Order: sequence, then structure tokens, then C-alpha cells
Amino acid sequence: MADEQKPAGSPSPVPPGAGDANPKAGAAAGVPKTAPPKPAAAAAPPKPPATMAATPWDSELVRELRDRFGEQIVQTSTYLGQDFLVVKPDAAIPILECLKLEDDFDYLVDITAVDWPKKPERFELVYILYSFSRNQRVRLKTSIPDGHRPPTAVGVHRTANWLEREVFDMFGIEFAGHPDLRRILLPEEWQGFPLRKDYSILQQDERWVQENLGIESGQ
Amino acid sequence: MAESTFLDSTELVLNMGPQHPSTHGVLRVILKLDGEKVLGTDCVIGYLHRGVEKIAENRTYAMFNPYVDRMDYVAAISNGLGYCLAVEKLLNVEAPPRAQAVRVILTELNRITSHLVWLGTHALDIGAITPVFYCFREREEALKIFENYCGARLTTHAFRIGGLQYETYDGFEREVLEFCDMFLPKVDEYEELLTNNRIWGGRLKDVGVLTADECKEYGVTGPVLRAAGVKWDLRKAQPYSGYDQYEFEIPTCENGDTYDRYVVRMQEMRQAVRIMRQAVEKLAPGPIMAKVPKVIKPPVGEVYISIEAPKGELGYYVVSDGSLQPYRVRVRPPSFVNLQALDRMVAGGLVADVVAVIGTLDIVLGEVDR
Repeated sequence: MADEQKPAGSPSPVPPGAGDANPKAGAAAGVPKTAPPKPAAAAAPPKPPATMAATPWDSELVRELRDRFGEQIVQTSTYLGQDFLVVKPDAAIPILECLKLEDDFDYLVDITAVDWPKKPERFELVYILYSFSRNQRVRLKTSIPDGHRPPTAVGVHRTANWLEREVFDMFGIEFAGHPDLRRILLPEEWQGFPLRKDYSILQQDERWVQENLGIESGQ
Repeated sequence: MAESTFLDSTELVLNMGPQHPSTHGVLRVILKLDGEKVLGTDCVIGYLHRGVEKIAENRTYAMFNPYVDRMDYVAAISNGLGYCLAVEKLLNVEAPPRAQAVRVILTELNRITSHLVWLGTHALDIGAITPVFYCFREREEALKIFENYCGARLTTHAFRIGGLQYETYDGFEREVLEFCDMFLPKVDEYEELLTNNRIWGGRLKDVGVLTADECKEYGVTGPVLRAAGVKWDLRKAQPYSGYDQYEFEIPTCENGDTYDRYVVRMQEMRQAVRIMRQAVEKLAPGPIMAKVPKVIKPPVGEVYISIEAPKGELGYYVVSDGSLQPYRVRVRPPSFVNLQALDRMVAGGLVADVVAVIGTLDIVLGEVDR
């Protein structure tokens, strides 16, 4: 708080340090000190391709899994102190099972997906795991193309049942071998998968809305 | 059908909800019954689906903040805390100590209001009319503190990414301490009404049992897991917002039945008071906002942050593509995951117990459907 009051109370003595949090905001506010930020902005353009600045993750667990699954494990990394594995789609369920039985990752926290329409393998499936005995969290990620039917995790963790139903409902990813793959949040007759990136936020199944709600549009 | 007589037990399909007072919102449960015995259930949810996760992708990080209040609307502050922590982690900033202490006070107060809504309505479902009035009377006092702090009672939007927007008002500490002093005897009062009540015990004991292994299998967390004997609370296991500086117990029980879940939640309210008192002591003057850029634009990355919400593990998986809007926000709602265990808890029981079990799961449909 003391820092914030200084520039307002005494404008002249401190300006260079005060603007450090956001040079652009300083420039927009009309601060004449545009000279120092500009070279920094000019230096920025050779942008590195925007990827996650993850660092490699190495531990006994990783070595053990690599020994066992070898090439199936594509990447093991840490980002902001959170560990994740990237694996090939076919290996996801065996690894989940191995982690549960051998390494005590007995709690499947969540299954979700992320849509990357420009990537050849469009959907990224994310399994978040937790181990009560180790007090450790691991994310397991795998990329699948549109139309690919990944195997279900219900055989390993029962909680996957509803979580996979939601992923199916929102992304249209069909899980092979799922005991009860129906929509869960949207009506069963609904057309389209809302969390895909090509589904606009205003889009809806207009036929369904007209037939069932008797109105022209839900908006 | 032709061969069956009136003495045969035949299956009956009964539709409970979505407009049924004991489903605590718009939950529809299709019950398969054999007389009074429940053979199976099928939950139909989604009546309150608003596409919160889709909305997130079309708002800036700060603009999405008020939306999370509308998921678990009886514990809006916990929702906001989880979201703010997730974005702060993406930005790699941490709220200053004063902001953290205020966050802890308000979040624990919110845990109490959430548990009070649960206790009142749960008891009402079982047939005890009185507690609901007592619970809402005390809840009102807590809501007044929220209102004085940020102007809203329910969907508070109390926290901002990086800390707090508002400094506490004059008399905040005093009012919180007064609430603590007033509230503890009230918990005893509720217990006097219920704990040793024969009907209460008869309706709750050995009903809807979920063992520790089943909880893990179904991903069930929160008081339900602790009532099954697992001493696990994210505030202790993976502390956030300075919870590691406070002394408190994790109440647990052994049987994992509906009565134990009641006992655990009652104890949790007492522990919440204990935490609030310590947090008020910690409340030293200082900044309430970390250095967060005016335009929030986290670097490319992803993060999963979860907190111990009143109902269980509330997680946010946030993916940033380096733009102004989150690329993906996934909410891991405790109510949704816990509700999945309903079938296991009621199958084989009596139809009247379904009401007790829905009450004890403490679901909020706004969070189940999002």
C-alpha cells in the first residue's frame, strides 16, 4: 500500500520504478517515459512459439513408469510445481491402472478435455490423479484426433462414469466400452457439442429449443 | 404380467423431482422400487446448466470471476477463492498476508453458512422443523458481515485476482469475534435438539453407508469422506492461503453413515470458529493486493488448483494460451462427483432413506449442473 501511495503523493522522485509492473499501462496513461519501454517492446517481437515453459520432471516414479512403458510415455514435465505426463492414447488406461495398483494413485480427481482445433490431434484428454498416501497429484494427458474412440477408464476408477459422460456431452468424445454413455447435462436429443471451439457461445440447437420450449430462441 | 398376483412383488418406477422439496433444487431421481425397497436409481441432472465453462472462454480472467459465485451459491466465497488462487498461480503471484487472513475469515464464515443451510434443510427433510429456523437465524448474522464487507449477501464476488478489492470496514474484527462468541453456544443448541434425539438417530444411523474405499473409488471428498474415517482435508494436505499457520483439527468418524456425516459437519463448524479467531489475531495492517498487472494476461500454461470447499474438493483446471481470455476453465465440482455415489448409497435401502441421503450429500444443483 505504501508503494502505491508514493507516486501519487510525490510524482517526480520515483517514476521509473513505479511503472515496472506494466509498462504498457504506463504508456497508455500518458506517462512521457515512453523511451525505456519501447526498446523492450521492440526486443520482444521475435516471439518464441507460445508454448508452456515446462521443465522436465524426473523422479523415481517417472523412471519406474518409463522402464515399464518406454516409448508410450512421450513427455514428463513440471509446470509451476505441478507434474504431468503426456502419453500415447493407447497407453492411458494401462498407465492409470498401473498408477492405481502399484503406486497408490487411488483417487481419480477429474477427467476433462481441451479442444485444439488447429492441431492434428484435436482433443487433449486430461486425467487428474491424486494419491492419499503420497499426498501427490499427477496429471496424465493424451491427445486424440476427432472421431477417435479412447477406451473408458470406468474399469479402473468408477468415478470415471459421470466424468466421461460429461466429456462426451460437451466435446463429443465417445469412450469405447463405457457402460452408459449418454448425455448428462444437456437434453438427450440435443445436437452439437458446446465446448468445442467451433461452437459459438450464442449457438444452440434451435430445433430443440423451438420444439421443447415453444420459443424462437433461448437468447 | 398375466401370471403375477397381488402378492407378487413387482417393480415400480417412481419419479422423484425435479420439483420435489427434498431434492434441494432441480434434481430428478428415477427410482426403481420393489415395495418400499430401492432397487436402483438414475439421476437426471442438467436443468440448471448454464454453460459456465463456455462462458469462461469468452470472458477475460477478471470478468469471469463473478460467474463462479453462481455455481455453489450457498458457498460463493469458496468458489471465488478457488478461482482466484488458480489464476494467481498462473500469474505466479501470491496474495499478501493481510488479504490471505481476510480470505480465510470470510471463507470459514462461508463454510459455516453453507453447513447451516445443510443442517436446516437436512433436518427439515427428516421431519425436524425447528432447526431450520435456528440455523437461518444464525446464518443471517454471518450474511450481515458479508453484506457489510462487500455489499452482497449471497453471490459476493468478495475476492479479486491478486488479493482483495476492499479493505475491511470499521468494526470488522469485532463483528467477526462477536459472531464467534455468539455462534459456539448455538452449535450446542442444535446438538441438543438433534444429537441424542431418538428419531434423529433412528433415521440416520446405518443409513446410506459409504466406506472409505468406496469413497475413493467414487472420488467422493469432503465431510462424506471424513465421516468414513479418512483424515483428509486439503487445508492440511496441501495448504493454501496460509492455512498451515492455523491450528485446527480434522474431525473424522468411522462408520460412514448419515449420522456420522452429521457429526463431522457439526464439528467442522466449531473448527471454523477456531480458525476465524486465529485469523482475526493475525490480521496485521498491510497491503491487500499483490502486484498484478491491470490487464491480466497469464503466460501460456495450465494449472490445476483445488481447495477444500464446504462440500469437498473444488478444483479449477485453467489453461491459458497467453491471450486475455482463458483458453479453457474446467471446474471440478464436489457436488457433481459426490452425487454419483447416490446410487450406491441408497440401493437396497428404503425409499424414505433416499431423502435422508440426498440431504446428507449436501449437493447444490447450481454446482452440479454449472
